[in-house]
Amino acid sequence: MAVDRATVAQIAKLARIRVPERDLDALAGELSNILSWIEQLSELDTEGVAPMTSVVAVELPRRADAVTDGGYPDKVIENAPESAHAFFAVPKVIE
Amino acid sequence: MAPVASGLTDLTIAEARDALAKGTLSARELTEAQIAAVEAARPLNAFITETAEQALEMAEASDARRRAGAAGALEGIPLAIKDLFCTEGVPTTAGSHILDGFKPPYESTVTAKLWAQGAVMLGKTNLDEFAMGSSNMTSYYGPVESPWRRPGDDRPLVPGGSSGGSAAAVAARAALGAIGTDTGGSIRQPAAFCGIVGMKPTYGRCSRWGVVAFASSLDQPGPLTRSVRDAAIMLGAMAGHDPKDSTSVDTPVPDYEAALSGDVRGLKIGIPKEYRLDGTPPEIEALWRQGIDWLRHAGAEIRDISLPHSSYALPTYYIIAPAEASSNLARYDGVRYGLRVPGADLTEMYENTRGEGFGAEVKRRVLIGTYVLSAGYYDAYYNKARQVRSLILRDFTDAFGEVDAILTPTAPSEAFAAGEKMDDPIAMYLNDVFTVPASLAGLPGISVPAGLSANGLPLGLHLIGRAFDEATVLKVAGVLEQAAGFDAKPQFVAGGR
Repeated sequence: MAVDRATVAQIAKLARIRVPERDLDALAGELSNILSWIEQLSELDTEGVAPMTSVVAVELPRRADAVTDGGYPDKVIENAPESAHAFFAVPKVIE
Repeated sequence: MAPVASGLTDLTIAEARDALAKGTLSARELTEAQIAAVEAARPLNAFITETAEQALEMAEASDARRRAGAAGALEGIPLAIKDLFCTEGVPTTAGSHILDGFKPPYESTVTAKLWAQGAVMLGKTNLDEFAMGSSNMTSYYGPVESPWRRPGDDRPLVPGGSSGGSAAAVAARAALGAIGTDTGGSIRQPAAFCGIVGMKPTYGRCSRWGVVAFASSLDQPGPLTRSVRDAAIMLGAMAGHDPKDSTSVDTPVPDYEAALSGDVRGLKIGIPKEYRLDGTPPEIEALWRQGIDWLRHAGAEIRDISLPHSSYALPTYYIIAPAEASSNLARYDGVRYGLRVPGADLTEMYENTRGEGFGAEVKRRVLIGTYVLSAGYYDAYYNKARQVRSLILRDFTDAFGEVDAILTPTAPSEAFAAGEKMDDPIAMYLNDVFTVPASLAGLPGISVPAGLSANGLPLGLHLIGRAFDEATVLKVAGVLEQAAGFDAKPQFVAGGR
């Protein structure tokens, strides 16, 4: 399936990636090529085939709903580009 | 035979281990020789971060442990670590601009297990950005050069990818062994290009905890080494259940080194007819036939098998892996760690950070992943791919009803020159045509260096085994290794030839 400029701009918006206007056409071409290549899967009849959820047939392990770690906020935020009072700091989001 | 100082970097892990155990070599001496080799290998750009000081401290602690009679399985062995594994206090980049300045406050399970067995960290190796690539050309930290050259041709060649730095470092004698990760071939293909052994264990065999995620249903850590025995030694140290990874499987880890009996008599080896592809160079076909002969002469029984959905594996992979990547990489938002590029509001900050922080291939895959998961396309692409993945697993399950291992080539070509195949993403994706099916099925695979091309470059043979039967894969690999007698060295050897 071919995707156009507008579709690429829309996907980029969903993915929260800034794509300059000048790159949209080239990306639309590249993505269209990849999508038309993966399109070949539609040849296959997969009626009634269960989609794979995991290659390893194990039950998802469960654990007690208990706090087992933590208590070191300074360590948690030590890689933050910006922080204040043991919180991650971001631009204001409330209008 | 006691090793001499100039030959230290040429030792296998098994040889170094035995010399260390005998006391003819100290971890400090070995580590000093390897640190010098890492420095000498700088023209290859195989390392993003060198950790020489830490390596010396670890080596001295290792010698002290040995004196105290508490030596681990990798005691005093210097290793290189793909920069996708989080290492406490040591920068971890994933080859991406977006992780600028990130120093993990924790250690990945696999690296912690290596250190617990006495291994020494030489540094963090270069890779394709977020492990997305087959050439190591997509790293923010620049491409890695293979230590191999075509004789009489000075153009740099790619080491393969994504674990290209790890493969180049081991081939160039800048590390005794290395760890990498394999999502669709990222250990096996660079191992083949660099003339070394690379193993992807069964999905669930080694913990993914603390490994920067690319495609969580496929990613698996594994070793890159200069011998099959070394791969067995390293895998034994890396493998095992980890409660911190819910997909890590709680099953016993056998003694892999003990599995290297050299006896494959009566084992059934499958040769899948669908892996005979148009356009595969005749020398790769010939090497494959040679591998079949080697195993037959060793007493294995060769069976023709069919894996009917093989040709659909790559397009399936290029839906599933980008879909998972788009979800995994959503965490890089400029808020908690790494790069932040300011914007007028929060959304603009996300978009600017991700626009600037991700390279072209990562953006391409995140966009594809976002598209195939978006409303209206989820069933047509993502669910369809998951159904085909079930069919691919069924192919293997049926085949393993009649054979014990499957033999194929590792890659459809020898190493290519830096810059080739860069303008066509699909041509690049085809590198993994022989490795991706086993990845989708979660099965263990190994690449063994088996010969040289007409251009004098290494070619690998690939074995696939049953889930959690790495022991058989290693046993057969050992027989191939013995028969091939591959002893060619790359043109560039950091430790001196």
